[in-house]
Amino acid sequence: MSSDRAFVYRRLHSLLGVIPVGAFLVEHLLTNYFATRGEAAYTEKVLWLNNLPFLILLEVFFIFLPILFHGVYGLYIAYQAKPNLGSFGTFRNTMFVLQRVTGVLTLIFIAWHVWETRVQVALGNVAKEELYDLMVSILSNGWMFAFYLVGVIAAVFHFANGLWSFLVSWGITVGPRAQRISTYVTMVIFVFVSYIGVAALLAFRNAAVALGS
Amino acid sequence: MSEQKTVRLIIKRQDGPDSQPYWEEFDVPYRKNMNVISALMEIQRNPVNAKGQKTRPVVWESNCLEEVCGACSMVINGRPRQACTALIDKLEKPVRIEPMATFPVIRDLIVDRSRMFDALKRVKAWIPIDGTHDLGPGPRIPETERQWMYELSKCMTCGVCLEACPNVNAKSSFMGPFIFSQVQRFNMHPTGAMHKEERLDAIMGEGGLAECGNAQNCVQACPKGIPLTTSIAALNWELTKYSLKKWLRS
Ligand code: HEM
Ligand code: SF4
Ligand code: FES
Repeated sequence: MSSDRAFVYRRLHSLLGVIPVGAFLVEHLLTNYFATRGEAAYTEKVLWLNNLPFLILLEVFFIFLPILFHGVYGLYIAYQAKPNLGSFGTFRNTMFVLQRVTGVLTLIFIAWHVWETRVQVALGNVAKEELYDLMVSILSNGWMFAFYLVGVIAAVFHFANGLWSFLVSWGITVGPRAQRISTYVTMVIFVFVSYIGVAALLAFRNAAVALGS
Repeated sequence: MSEQKTVRLIIKRQDGPDSQPYWEEFDVPYRKNMNVISALMEIQRNPVNAKGQKTRPVVWESNCLEEVCGACSMVINGRPRQACTALIDKLEKPVRIEPMATFPVIRDLIVDRSRMFDALKRVKAWIPIDGTHDLGPGPRIPETERQWMYELSKCMTCGVCLEACPNVNAKSSFMGPFIFSQVQRFNMHPTGAMHKEERLDAIMGEGGLAECGNAQNCVQACPKGIPLTTSIAALNWELTKYSLKKWLRS
């Protein structure tokens, strides 16, 4: 078994990227999308999620540990690559580099974002009912808005293109035609999920602008 | 004397395995239809660099001169390829020639591709048929499978796919893209399939399939047009099945 370690880690990394981390990303962005329907709708969703039984177990075993493993092993995978876009400027090689770049961006973004939100709730500095206001105040800053925009789009790209490579890594899309079609499908997913995420950011941002005026 | 047309070659040289590489430029007399090998032969004939200084002739490896042996692989204008089919007329000038950086350099353009042969041994890229008695004729193979296996068998261990792969480097132990097509080729063969699981175990281990990052440069670079990424994904499926079987039945 020990000689299969790289194989087991790699498959675990791949699986965790989709379930639960990818699934959580989509769920999280969908929840945030309720911000487009106003503060009451958003806070209702937040409180509903926060009322789930065994919440802390869910958070630790379905979100925190999987992201930690995927992120740390992902950094190791990214470190092992020696990008050569200069001599091979093909589409797939570009996606290979982007997958690694967006992985690192996502890691930085997630760390900052969790610190600003979940950790502040845990420290008792912010109440769950105040999360809407917290997001409005964070995104009222132009730089933070840009940072969140990049972070969300990077995470969604990483997830969508990761789905493409997940399908290859498990041997589901095998031939060039299947892999081409899954490229189209995952890029549509990228655009659609990005739209959901960015719409939520814009909702908070517009609320901030309205407050400011 | 009429003016002789020349071609400028910029060559990365290295005197020995442990010496520092350096660049040297040469102007070789142009002939129509010459290739990189014949240009290198001109240097061998008259080892004088572009500054007019006498120098050691550049050394390289070549054998078949028709892109079937794989010995003459080098990086020409940034691309790993065979020198024997790199026609000077079709190359951008000056022509930059380097050894493949993925492999240890022995001298000048000669590299040591042993790691590829070691990998072939690790995955048992052969079909054991020796016995103490006559085993009779082998099983028949469907024509479609024979054709596919034939494509896979065109691999000449040239190393171009390793040089093209961003995950084959000093930081990883990845055996390289070529190995998976050889595993496929021998696992597809009805007699070779008797040792299928040994080959799957080998690519599940250190430096195996897990190291592939799907950049897919290999399939673009392979001079033999081998469907390298199709073999990789097909073996990913084999390993999905095989690892589940190992996990649930042990
Ligand atoms: C926390 C920081 C993260 C880092 C550093 C990271 C890094 C990486 C890297 C380098 C890969 C490429 C693996 C390969 O193809 O060999 C990868 C794949 C993947 N990542 Fe991430 N990632 C991170 C976060 C995420 C997040 C938040 C998601 C989900 C939304 C995600 C989903 C995926 C998926 C689905 C794959 C494809 C797995 C496969 O190739 O089979 N990653 N990640
Ligand atoms: S698979 Fe193609 S590029 Fe790789 S060693 Fe074989 S012939 Fe060369
Ligand atoms: S000399 Fe054999 S491939 Fe070039």
